[in-house]
Amino acid sequence: MPTPNSAASYCLGIESTADDFGVAILSFDGKVLSNANSAYVPEKGGIHPREAARHHAEVAEKVLTEAFEKAGIKPQDVSLVAFSQGPGLGPCLRTGATAARALASYLGVPLVGANHCVAHIEIGKLVTAATDPVTLYVSGGNTIVSAFEAGRYRVFGETLDIAVGNCLDVFAREAGLRQRRGAPFGAMVEELARKGKTFVSLPYTVKGMDLSFSGLLTATVQLLHEKNHRLEDICFSLQEVAFSMLTEVTERALAHTEKPEVLLTGGVAANKRLQSMLNVIAEEHNARFCVVPKEYALDNGAMIAWTGILAYKSNITVPIEKSFVKLKWRLDEVYAPWVEG
Amino acid sequence: MLIKKGAEANLYLEEWHNRKVIMKRRLPKKYRIQKLDKEIRSQRTVHEPHVIHKAKEAGVPTPTIFMVDVAESNIIMEFVGGKQVKQVLNDLPPEERLRLSRHVGGLIGRLHKHGIIHGDLTTSNMILTSYGKVVFVDFGLSERSTELETRGVDIHLMKRAFQSTHYKYARECFEAVMEGYAEVVGEEEAKNVLEKIREIERRGRYVSER
Repeated sequence: MPTPNSAASYCLGIESTADDFGVAILSFDGKVLSNANSAYVPEKGGIHPREAARHHAEVAEKVLTEAFEKAGIKPQDVSLVAFSQGPGLGPCLRTGATAARALASYLGVPLVGANHCVAHIEIGKLVTAATDPVTLYVSGGNTIVSAFEAGRYRVFGETLDIAVGNCLDVFAREAGLRQRRGAPFGAMVEELARKGKTFVSLPYTVKGMDLSFSGLLTATVQLLHEKNHRLEDICFSLQEVAFSMLTEVTERALAHTEKPEVLLTGGVAANKRLQSMLNVIAEEHNARFCVVPKEYALDNGAMIAWTGILAYKSNITVPIEKSFVKLKWRLDEVYAPWVEG
Repeated sequence: MLIKKGAEANLYLEEWHNRKVIMKRRLPKKYRIQKLDKEIRSQRTVHEPHVIHKAKEAGVPTPTIFMVDVAESNIIMEFVGGKQVKQVLNDLPPEERLRLSRHVGGLIGRLHKHGIIHGDLTTSNMILTSYGKVVFVDFGLSERSTELETRGVDIHLMKRAFQSTHYKYARECFEAVMEGYAEVVGEEEAKNVLEKIREIERRGRYVSER
């Protein structure tokens, strides 16, 4: 199926699981020609799925055009279209899927539905040259510790309730912080935490390999309303507890699997304190620590295009009439024959 | 002498007042700030003997705790002589194997009836003593809960342990475990737990065995 000259074959990937609408074009040998993006930033509150989807529909044409212009190729040069099929917010996923189906059928090329979580891991491996990592994927929607075993990315630990990024975001909003383009809540909490000095006890919840952040959020918000502590100290304590939990579970997975690398990805991956904690355990277990750079750690089209290419090379495509979005598509439901192991 | 290096604690076999004892040490983690590290280690050092004691009250044999040193995050407990159920199960005569499995199921039933979730039910965490008593060890991942979900997860772990280590007899052994379990908690509750396990398996998280 794949064309003989893989450098001259291109895949267009569309990402639209949540607040980002991204379009990227990659050559089949893994070169990123373009990686365009437009993020929906709500006036206030969290992501409203319908509002985000409306944003995606509005910017789709602009972002697609930008991706083609930057890549310097024409739509006719594309030989594969990939889209994020799930997990994610229904209206957002459907908007991206609609665009992907239209493109694939117009161009007469195959369509691949990529799992968003698998895509985060695959692009992370591509850009950091990790081969077989234990991955900690932390964002506003996901908190997963995984590693590849026998055909699939297995989930070794995950959140039982809210994602760690969600915990930080909701806290930041409660604290009255205002999100701006280019200045996400996580970065603000990190900045404040750096000025924190006094640690305040907060609930630390690790159940076996799984994590829970909802109780931590409630307790932290309560601290905030008590007004007995500096905001800097609360941010510091919240980060210390949340990230220690993540590190403990990641270390357990690392000790169990003895993998050669630790890969950190997702929106929260940019946090320097989390990076330093994971670096400690990686060193202790003689593993290489890899952080995915921001452009590829946040939701992006490139990860979808790259996963599409990998799947396509393993003869996996999806007929348009069967390309429904899967809102709760788990990472470990995906058979990944392209991974060695 | 270090006998087991875990992700969270190390086990040492030591001589203590002319006795063979197990020392469980929770070592500091460099990635955590000191205050939090101390809190977590202390809390777990207190929690584990507490649950071990509760298990005894429920009628489940567990090691005797000799000393709890919270400041050092050290637990000194009885060294239980015998063999891990893991080591003996495959080589037992069929009748004995089923009897042992039923017995184990009964013990799990007692734990659950008293709101104790072991958290790591594998046949290596069960010691068969020379007197024929089964002693449950390692409550490091245990929690107090009566929820159906946690009980389901707990027994599902046991099922997986059978499938990976005792695959030849996995089915009959697990059925025997559930018989023993039902005798303690009642047919109705055992049925609910089995149904929960099926649901857990359907979630796709455990699609194929690790």
